[in-house]
Amino acid sequence: MSPSTILTALLILASIAYYLGRRRAFAVAGKAGGVRYLHSRPIYYGALTALWCGVPALLLFTLWLALDDKIITNLVVSGLPQAIRALPENRLNLVVNDIKNLVSGNIVAGEVTATIQAAAAHYGNLKATSNAALAAVMLSLGIVGTVVIRSRISPTMRARNLVEQLVKYLLIACSCLAILTTIGIVLSVLFEATRFFKAVPLREFLFGLKWSPQMAIRADQVGSSGAFGAIPVFLGTLLISGIAMAVAVPVGLMSAIYLAEYADRRFRDIAKPLLEILAGIPTVVYGFFAAITVAPFIRNLGSTLGLDVSSESALAAGLVMGIMIIPFVSSLSDDVINAVPQSLRDGAYSLGATRSETIKQVVLPAALPGIVGSILLAVSRAIGETMIVVMAAGLAANLTLNPFKTVTTVTVQIVTLLIGDQEFDSPKTLAAFALGLVLFVVTLFLNVIALKVVRRYREQYE
Amino acid sequence: MNNGDSKAHKVERRTIDVVHQGLAKRYRAERRFRLYGLSAIIIGLLCLAILFISIVGNGYKAFQQTYVELEVFFDPAFLDQENLSTADYGGLVKSTLQTMFPEVKGRSDKRELYKLISPGAAFQLRAMVLKDPDIIGKSISLWVPADDDVDMLLKGHFKTDVGESSGRLTDKQLAWIEQLQEQGRIKKKFNKVFFTAGDSREPELAGIWGAAVGSFYTLLVTLLLSFPIGVAAAIYLEEFAQKNRWTDLIEVNINNLAAVPSIVFGLLGLAVFLNFFGFPRSAPLVGGLVLTLMTLPTIIIASRAALQSVPPSIREGALGVGASKMQMVAHHVLPLALPGMLTGTIIGMARALGETAPLLMIGMVAFIVDIPRGITDPATVLPVQIYLWADSPERAFVEKTSAAIMILLAFLLLMNGAAIILRKKFEKRW
Repeated sequence: MSPSTILTALLILASIAYYLGRRRAFAVAGKAGGVRYLHSRPIYYGALTALWCGVPALLLFTLWLALDDKIITNLVVSGLPQAIRALPENRLNLVVNDIKNLVSGNIVAGEVTATIQAAAAHYGNLKATSNAALAAVMLSLGIVGTVVIRSRISPTMRARNLVEQLVKYLLIACSCLAILTTIGIVLSVLFEATRFFKAVPLREFLFGLKWSPQMAIRADQVGSSGAFGAIPVFLGTLLISGIAMAVAVPVGLMSAIYLAEYADRRFRDIAKPLLEILAGIPTVVYGFFAAITVAPFIRNLGSTLGLDVSSESALAAGLVMGIMIIPFVSSLSDDVINAVPQSLRDGAYSLGATRSETIKQVVLPAALPGIVGSILLAVSRAIGETMIVVMAAGLAANLTLNPFKTVTTVTVQIVTLLIGDQEFDSPKTLAAFALGLVLFVVTLFLNVIALKVVRRYREQYE
Repeated sequence: MNNGDSKAHKVERRTIDVVHQGLAKRYRAERRFRLYGLSAIIIGLLCLAILFISIVGNGYKAFQQTYVELEVFFDPAFLDQENLSTADYGGLVKSTLQTMFPEVKGRSDKRELYKLISPGAAFQLRAMVLKDPDIIGKSISLWVPADDDVDMLLKGHFKTDVGESSGRLTDKQLAWIEQLQEQGRIKKKFNKVFFTAGDSREPELAGIWGAAVGSFYTLLVTLLLSFPIGVAAAIYLEEFAQKNRWTDLIEVNINNLAAVPSIVFGLLGLAVFLNFFGFPRSAPLVGGLVLTLMTLPTIIIASRAALQSVPPSIREGALGVGASKMQMVAHHVLPLALPGMLTGTIIGMARALGETAPLLMIGMVAFIVDIPRGITDPATVLPVQIYLWADSPERAFVEKTSAAIMILLAFLLLMNGAAIILRKKFEKRW
């Protein structure tokens, strides 16, 4: 039985349970003298039965699917001959992958020996057994739940309260998922990062000036010792984000001022959604645009001006990223400027100030905290942006602030280190998690400050 | 007396004079400032326009594909009745080309001639023979896809007047193409392959259907998980939760998760779903799980806003006639807030559809030719397909990439349009 069939079967069982529960409620009510002697309406008795039939089985289902592959793999590995089990971890993983591929009928990388064949058969058997056992346990759990609840149904049973309580617990569980996600992010990134910092000291990572994560495969190989000084990567990120902000802040802020203070309603209704389209375009599209249109344009422009511009210049990536961020700055600032009370403006006008003077000397200072908050959010967006830099910026970690040169960013390095072969025992792969940790901490810091600033600002005028 | 008065008048500079003196300058500054604002908006819109023009300009030709008409004699010498599926169809194409261009002699010349036709032609012949073995021995004229270089040439992406070294086609090949053009045996037709095929190394055989199906499964998982969970979380936070530290913690978490870079969710997916739970790589199931975690904050925030916009009088009315709190929510508040929640969900789904970075982390960048048939099959998604094609060196893939982007943008437009219509239709002012 495949997991989806089991799930369908459970669904059918739950509907039957609902029907049984409801019928039982009618039956006991009939004995007591009519439906009005029931504590709750009959559907609640049905719902209670269905919930007790479905929810425990569903929880078991999730748990089982999450863990069964790990257990089966361990069983299969422990069944392998000693010679294979003694292999280093990454080689062993290859063997396990081959076994799994053999089971699912995919192409196998290594040679298929009799042992592998046997292991694959063993794996297939265990998997089938596991699925069958899951189906049996789940369905019997459902039936037990149904039978127990059904036997307890009586006119005095407070079915509605029980159902509502159960639903409330489900709601609470759903809302706690946000916390679980955060914990998951922190734990997973932290766990791999600490493994990285065991191999590479924290000081070298944070203050080292050379980044070349390629590790030597053989001990005698030349020139690829692996250096994990992340300063060039951080500097590249700052450079590209800086260029992006240099584009996005003036353009975004001025658009917001114009839309909020000058534009009439019709213009605003057209221009604002159009600008916001920029935020809805997938970043991979911007990346393609940067790589195909903007970067060659800048290189040609540079060569006519006699400048030496790299084809993967920081400028191209930064400019396009700036375009992407314009709407983030403009819509947040627009909200903030609109929230400045009209009385402040009226006061300035009555003193004889022109509109631009009012904006510059009254509205903007009043809105400044909110604008700073929106800019901080935009910076965190720029730092975490991935696809534009992956497609338009380079891989070489140059320690430079020249926007015409190639630089690399934290996100580019994460992607390049994790695409392709991953070895979770080599600092090369683990370095990605260390970079991810830095990225997460920095953006979290920026977000927390920005949200706090914006919230305080809003409270000020409410 | 009069004199003195006028003298005093001259000496005294009134405030209004100072104001008048500076007024012209101040008005100029005003106009300038206004112009800055307007030009900022124009710059923004211009960027949008350039982006769209560049994409459409690069991609609109991809919806047509160059085909060559071949007079294929299904030679029984090539087609062994016993194993038709493994017969030498490439050889069949080659012999057809030889009969069409009898003057071509010599190995290297012949190799150049064969390069005009896509390797897909052999597959096309194979499919025809397998479908109807009776055509063996007959002569049939049919259109097969041309090679991507020929396609690019006919679409005007290569300069033809320069010598052999510059283009990807040799002078001989150019002459043969001209010959075919004179015979009317080469022309552009609607590119059906692009909409029905999976990925391929050959640009003329590559299509987006595989990626589209992958996107569909991934979004299906995302929708099935994130909508119920998001709505449930929003209901709890908005209608049931007491204001305490725990609720505050949840709220801060949701707001922060909304701003965490998407690639971090990819790291989470890699470490937790793939390494810890051992889920299959490249599967829409894992992609959907990661995107669920990513879109949940968006959906929760939108759903809470929708719940907040339901007026308290509705709640009080329901409670007043004796409904329990849960009944009030389920029977009255939720139906009224549902359109707003759906709008938020559609916008979240649109964002998930365009998301690339976290999916790269969980292995959805693999080169996958087959169309996925379920949520555990290896698959890729539209934006990742765009990324993969953008990385390919062939000129023809630039066109394909742009065309795929147009399709993706069309889907996004459709979803956002649906969200706007939904909002307009059900928006209520209480």
